Amino acid sequence: MIPLSWFLILAAALFSIGLYGVLARRNAVAILMGIELMLNAVNLNLVAFWRYVAPGSIAGQAFAVMVFAVAASEAAVGLALILSIYRQRSTVAAEEINLLKW
Amino acid sequence: MTPELLTWLIPLPPILAFAVIVLLTHRSNRLSHTLAVGAMFVSWGLAMTVFWAAITTPELGQRPFASSIDWLPSGVEALRIGILIDPLSAITLFFVAWTCLAIFVYSIGYHNYGKPRDPADRAGLPPHKGGIEPMYARFFAFISLFAFGMLTLVISDNLLLLFVGWEIMGLCSYLLIGFWYGKDSAKKAMVKAFITTRVGDVFMLLGIAYLYSATGTLNYREILFNEEVLHSLAEAPSGVLGMSAAGLIGLLLFLGTVGKSAQWPLHVWLPDAMEGPTPVSAMIHAATMVSAGVYFAVRFFPLLTAGWAEGEPLTVTMRVVAFIGAFTALFAATIALAQRDIKRVLAYSTISQLGYMVAAVGIGAYVAAAFHLVTHAFFKALLFLGSGSVIHGMEHGLAASSTNAAQAMPGQEGPAGVHKAHAHVDAQDMFNMGGLRRKMPRTFVTFVIGGFALAGFPLLTAGFWSKDEILADAFTNGHLAVFLTLAAAALLTAFYTMRQITLTFLGEPRTEAARHAHESTATMTVPLLVLAVFSVAAGWVGIPESWTGGRVPNWFHSFVGGTLLEHPPAAPFHWAPLLTSVGVSLGGLLLGWLVYRRVAAGAPDPARKPLGFVYTVLERKYGFDEFYDWAFVRPAYWFAETFSYLWIDRGVIDGILHAVARTALRLGSIFRNYFDKPVVNGLMGDGTASVVKWAGRQLRAVQTGRVQQYLIAGLIVTGILLSYVLVVRP
Amino acid sequence: MTALQIVFLIAAAFTLLSALLVVTRPNLVHASLWLIASLAGVAVLFVLLEAGFLAAVQVVIYIGAIAILIIFAVMLTRRVMSDSGPQVNRNWWGAALSALLIFGGLLGLFSQVPAVGSAFPAAIANADGLLEDLGRSLVDVNRYVLPFEVASVLLLAAMIGAIVIARPAAREEGEE
Repeated sequence: MIPLSWFLILAAALFSIGLYGVLARRNAVAILMGIELMLNAVNLNLVAFWRYVAPGSIAGQAFAVMVFAVAASEAAVGLALILSIYRQRSTVAAEEINLLKW
Repeated sequence: MTPELLTWLIPLPPILAFAVIVLLTHRSNRLSHTLAVGAMFVSWGLAMTVFWAAITTPELGQRPFASSIDWLPSGVEALRIGILIDPLSAITLFFVAWTCLAIFVYSIGYHNYGKPRDPADRAGLPPHKGGIEPMYARFFAFISLFAFGMLTLVISDNLLLLFVGWEIMGLCSYLLIGFWYGKDSAKKAMVKAFITTRVGDVFMLLGIAYLYSATGTLNYREILFNEEVLHSLAEAPSGVLGMSAAGLIGLLLFLGTVGKSAQWPLHVWLPDAMEGPTPVSAMIHAATMVSAGVYFAVRFFPLLTAGWAEGEPLTVTMRVVAFIGAFTALFAATIALAQRDIKRVLAYSTISQLGYMVAAVGIGAYVAAAFHLVTHAFFKALLFLGSGSVIHGMEHGLAASSTNAAQAMPGQEGPAGVHKAHAHVDAQDMFNMGGLRRKMPRTFVTFVIGGFALAGFPLLTAGFWSKDEILADAFTNGHLAVFLTLAAAALLTAFYTMRQITLTFLGEPRTEAARHAHESTATMTVPLLVLAVFSVAAGWVGIPESWTGGRVPNWFHSFVGGTLLEHPPAAPFHWAPLLTSVGVSLGGLLLGWLVYRRVAAGAPDPARKPLGFVYTVLERKYGFDEFYDWAFVRPAYWFAETFSYLWIDRGVIDGILHAVARTALRLGSIFRNYFDKPVVNGLMGDGTASVVKWAGRQLRAVQTGRVQQYLIAGLIVTGILLSYVLVVRP
Repeated sequence: MTALQIVFLIAAAFTLLSALLVVTRPNLVHASLWLIASLAGVAVLFVLLEAGFLAAVQVVIYIGAIAILIIFAVMLTRRVMSDSGPQVNRNWWGAALSALLIFGGLLGLFSQVPAVGSAFPAAIANADGLLEDLGRSLVDVNRYVLPFEVASVLLLAAMIGAIVIARPAAREEGEE
């Protein structure tokens, strides 16, 4: 009853919003939040495809579980990094973490 | 050991001696003179052996000792050089070997071997007071080289080898005249000698070239002993002044003789050449080198007289030769009258006697010319060596008298005092001599023998026989002008010879130096004795047959005459030339003795007043030196200094060079400033760099270090790429 | 319009709205709370897709751990970043453009998928045994045990890494 396309459009929108958040926000933590949104969109996409295209194979859900794990570890490490940078340079503005420049 | 092989070896010892002395033994005087004299002795021995073989070979002229080798390959044939001993070269070899050996031995004593080296003596100047010559070994090296040159010239069988020997001797003459190079007069004399003979040599070389181009060979036998070649040369026109080819070639070659044998007008170098040590004067300028010029003329007699036969009028070339010879004989004799220096008199005498020989060639008296060549070598060498002995004696006397003077006047010692007694007494001035017969008896006797031979003292001296033969030939063939000129010259010769003997040996000593002179060592007097023997005896081999009615054959005439294709006839006997020669000889000797026997110390020449300004003209040698200086030397210097150096070399050539350099520099700076700097450096070099820098500076702004910007950029680019791949070109 | 569709639309709108607010709120605490809301919406959507286990996992892990972690991080870094001041950087327009482009691209991509128009498929066979099947698949040697183990190693590494990175730097004086 719910066409697959609705889910897909939703996932795409969520992904784009997350992308906007990653690219446009100053605070590093906010960027991380954007990344989480993107990962969620990915998961949604995966599960939607699993349900509509290949519900017999559990691969879709298994893959989604992997994505969860990765997302969690990435969030942990990323926040650890942000904390470390905050301690060093007393800032979490992504613009000011710019040593890798000319 | 064939005569040919021995002949090849004759010039070898002296050149080896030269090389060894120069390279190895020049520090040891004893080794050097031993080598030189030893080598000359070996050459002398070889020469005597060859000479003996030559005179015991009948018809040597038809079958001479000849040997040649290929030297310069040119196409199918090769230019050959080799040796030739025919009668002419045999007798020349004889007197060359004897005189050179005598002079080599003489040089040992002349250069004071055995005396210690005077510390005041310097190399390049003659020794002051009888110390050994500082450059002793060098002298022997040079005369060895010279002997090599002369011997090569004598034994050569072609013009080229002769010319080689000719030039070697010219070089040695240059080196030996200027042996005492510290003397300014010697330096000038050496250059004068070389340049003057060079003038003659240039024409000689032209003659050689013409001869080679006309005949294709330079070998004596092929040209001079060959009827057809001589005939064709005599017939072929040369295009110059109507002379035949033979005539022109002969004239050109004769000009070489004019230079080398110091005939007028190229006579000016010989008197100045007396700057060299006396052995040099004896060897080079009396016995051998100047004789080489006459030898050459005698050798080329067939070419000079091509187209002429006995009894015919003389060809143009012969007339020129005879004129120059006779004129020179008289001309030089007149100058000799007024000379004070003992060696100058002998120098002019040499010129005069060479004129005799040349005149003899010019009138076609082949055997007479050769005869006088041989006898003159002996007695002129003797006279020169004798004069050297006299000069040595005078110098010893000077040294002794100045020491005495210093001792006698103790208050006036010191350099000025000693030099005053020493300096202005010229040891070579005959008017400072006198009475030396008592002090130097052996020198006196030998000098008198030589002098009488020069004057042509009848019967007993060699000079008489040879001179008489020339006069006889001139008279009987009707060349009266030549006869009278030569007779006048003979008179003057006798006169100045007796003048010389009287002033030097007879009378009383005129200066302290003469009073304290003493005889020279054996190494100097023995050669004098040897040469004196020859001065007497050498004439007796050529007594004309007409004198003895045919009982005593004229060996010299028959031997030397065989060199030519046709045996020249002997001059028939005539009273007039005999009387003339006896008369002028004895008369001249008597006159000379009479005029000069009572010349006191410090008195002027007795001939000065009677002759007046003529005496001055003679004393000044007719002004030829001054004339040549004005006419040739100064213009040459001007040409060299001003024209060649200043104008052409510095002005034109350097000017071109500088202009090229300036242009190059200007071009270079143009390129540098207008192309290199702005375009290459500025545009291409710096321009590229600054563009890159600007681009880099612009591009580096991309790397802000802000991750989000990187991400955005990456996404946009990826998006474009993907859309291109998927949409535009699916 | 069925009931499911309406539920979907409400959940979708809620999720999208929360997501928008996450990325636009200057106040980070607000933003993180809206994140939680967004995550919850996604969990509802998982339920709609009959992936109940995943919905639970979503809530527990994402909301329960990750979002809390984010809130911790916000609080620990609060002193510097005040809530006032611009919260978007200079290139927000580029970001917006990129987002729109990606959205458009994704849509274009999806239109290529053949199954895109399909409605609800047939029911899942063995709907009750899904969870068990998932569990078994994760440890089955022939299936997904390797990714499972690797994921666990990844988590271990991330944990250690996070600890090491987040440690305070200088510890000489405060060693005891």
